[in-house]
Amino acid sequence: MAKKLTLENFDEVINSGKLVLVDFWAEWCMPCIVMGPLIEELANEVDKEKVTIAKCDVQTEQAIAQKFSIMSIPTMLIFKDGKPMDQIIGVSQKQALLDKIDRYI
Amino acid sequence: MMNEQKTHEKYDVIIIGGGPAGLTAGIYSSRAGFKTCIIESGVIGGEAASTDLIENYPGFPDGTSGLKLTENMEKQAKKFGTEIIYDKVIKIEKTNQLQKGKYKILVTNSGKIQTKAVIVAVGTKPKLLNIPGEKKYKGRGVSYCATCDGFFYKDKKIAVIGCGNSGIQEGLFLLRFVKKIEFVEFLPKPTAEKVLLDKIKEYENVNFHLNSALQSINGDGKSATGITINDNTTLKVEEIEISGVFIYVGLNPNTEFLEGLVQRDKNGYIIIDKNQNTNVSGIFAAGDATIDTVKQIATAIGSGARAAINAGHYTENTN
Repeated sequence: MAKKLTLENFDEVINSGKLVLVDFWAEWCMPCIVMGPLIEELANEVDKEKVTIAKCDVQTEQAIAQKFSIMSIPTMLIFKDGKPMDQIIGVSQKQALLDKIDRYI
Repeated sequence: MMNEQKTHEKYDVIIIGGGPAGLTAGIYSSRAGFKTCIIESGVIGGEAASTDLIENYPGFPDGTSGLKLTENMEKQAKKFGTEIIYDKVIKIEKTNQLQKGKYKILVTNSGKIQTKAVIVAVGTKPKLLNIPGEKKYKGRGVSYCATCDGFFYKDKKIAVIGCGNSGIQEGLFLLRFVKKIEFVEFLPKPTAEKVLLDKIKEYENVNFHLNSALQSINGDGKSATGITINDNTTLKVEEIEISGVFIYVGLNPNTEFLEGLVQRDKNGYIIIDKNQNTNVSGIFAAGDATIDTVKQIATAIGSGARAAINAGHYTENTN
C-alpha cells in the first residue's frame, strides 16, 4: 500500500535513504481519483527495499504542498537522498512512472 | 526466433476512449452480448468527469457532477461485462486485415489487440495557445482544470482566458475560491450561453478584457506572476498581475493516431456518416472527436449508442 505522507512523518519518509515517489492528490480531483488504483499497483510492484510510494493529500497537508510549490494536481514528485529530483504534472501511465523511478534508482 | 509483440485476446468491439460516448457504446455493446473492451489512455469519464456541475443532462433536475455521472456510466458498462484497459492506442494497423470479415489489429503501448469492430471515441484535449510562458509555467500557475486546481488559488487574483461556455462555467466555479477574475477574450463579445453570462454578471469581482489577445504569461522563474494582453483595436499593451491563469480557448481532437487511415477534416475531426461509419469499414466514431459540431454529453451519448448498435450489426456479419 502507498504510504500516507503527513507533516509528522515527512522527514522520516523522505530521508529514509530510499527513493520516494509522492503522489499529491485531493478527493475533488477526478484525474487524481482515477490515478489512485494505479499508484497502489505501483506501490505493490516496486522493490520495497529501494523505493517508497507515498500519497500526500493537499487538503490536509497544505504545508507540504506549499513547501514544494504544488499548484496543480495530480503532481508526482520524486525524492532522492531527501531532495526533490523530478516532477511529473498531470495524469500518467504506470509504465511512465516506473521508467522515471528506474532512472533515479 | 519469435520476437513479435504478444497479441492479446480477441474482442468483438473495442472502444478507444472512455468518456460519455465510449461508456455508452460500452453499455450498449456489452449488454447486447458482444465481447467489449474500452481502452483508455487517461481517465475514465473524459472531459465530462472534471466538469463540476452539469445542469443540462436530462434526468437530473438539480444538476449532477460530471464525476458522479461518469462513475455511474462506468459502473453500468462494467455490470454488463465491458472490460476497461488503461493503455494508449498508437495506431490501427493498416494491412489487408482491414478487409471486411477479418480482425483489425490495434497497436498499443503494451502490445497488440484484435477486434472485429472499432469505435473511436477519443474526445478532445484543451488547445494550447503556444505563447511564451505557457509551457514553462504549466502546473506552476498555468492550469487547464479548474476543479483540480482552483483550491490552490484561495483569495488570489487569477485570469481566465476564453469567454466561451467552458471559460465562463469554470470561472463561476473558481469564484468560490478566488478574490478576483480577469477574463480575457480574443473576440469582441463573450461567446458563452446567455444563462452563464447572466450568472457571471452578478459578481462584482470580475473584470472583462474583450477583443484582447493574450501575448505572454510572465513569471519569476518559479511560478506565473502575470499576463501581458494586447487590445486588438487600440493595440494597447497591458500587463496584469495575477497568480494563476486558467486557459479555455477551445479544443483539439485526439485523432493523430488515425493519420493515413481514417478520414478527418482539416481540424482533425473524424468524418462520419449518419450511422457513425468512418471511411474504413468496421471503424466507427462517436462523441466530441467527430465532425458533429454540437459537443454535449447528451449528443455524445446518442452517438455512442448509435455507433455501438451499428458496430454490433457489423460484427454479426463478420466471421
